[in-house]
Amino acid sequence: MLLTRKIEFSASHACRNPQLSEAENQALYGADANPHGHGHNYVLEVTLEGDADPVTGMVVDLKEVKGILEREVVEPMDHRHLNREVSPFDTVVPTTENLAVEIWRRLAPRFAEGPASLRSIRLYETEDLFVEYEGR
Amino acid sequence: MPFVRVTRRYRFSAAHRLDTPLLAPERNREVYGKCNNPYGHGHDYTVELSLAGEVEPGAGRLVPLAVLDRFAEEVLLKPFDRRNLNLEVPEFAALVPTTENLAEVLARRVAAAWPRWFGAGAARFEKVRIWETRRNIFEVCADDIEGGASRSGKRISNEVIQSRG
Repeated sequence: MLLTRKIEFSASHACRNPQLSEAENQALYGADANPHGHGHNYVLEVTLEGDADPVTGMVVDLKEVKGILEREVVEPMDHRHLNREVSPFDTVVPTTENLAVEIWRRLAPRFAEGPASLRSIRLYETEDLFVEYEGR
Repeated sequence: MPFVRVTRRYRFSAAHRLDTPLLAPERNREVYGKCNNPYGHGHDYTVELSLAGEVEPGAGRLVPLAVLDRFAEEVLLKPFDRRNLNLEVPEFAALVPTTENLAEVLARRVAAAWPRWFGAGAARFEKVRIWETRRNIFEVCADDIEGGASRSGKRISNEVIQSRG
């Protein structure tokens, strides 16, 4: 059984790699390379896998899932500047791809034990761009 | 390196009419219902293009989005946006432009153009997903179209024509 919980957070970022020239940054990141930064309303879908408990009929207590997502993602990232305030984005470019991998890295240990395991995450940077990651 | 799937959403508007010479006129009206209107009708289609591959963490981008958007403009949007699918898209000269068939045409065009645009990179074309309306959604995977007729293509000729309407 798969179940998905959705959360939202808003954060600013700038996508620039200091090892690249200005032209290379523009070619790779486009408008996202603006050094002054900009923001997004990120939407994160977290999909868990497990069997429903025969007594409660639930895979996992969704209040606990919500608490984990609040602590690991929303509190450290919501209304933050990713490059300046959220590790490791002082040195890693906070693209949607890298942010999805980092969110997985933060969440995976929290679901390593317990009734539901982390199956996949889907991170929307905008309605028109999202990244999925399964920890591979 | 992390293996990620990136999906980008695009939109185009087009006209079509569902009618097949394989069926008699009254049967076409039964099967396709309103979509058989001889004057045609249109939709605002939404297309999701998904690619997958290992992303190099230093760049953090599977492909530059500006390049992906130019690719989509050339392959997915310009040939279809504000077009009459029956009259202006060659594949539909002899193929009914259901959204099942449209999804397959899009997937085939993306697969054919992909090596020239992205062949040198790590990103692989994975699937297209198309909304005809908010309620009707169709998906074709790159794996489905390799080597001639796809699974969905066979399905279209057998089952969907029977069930639509």
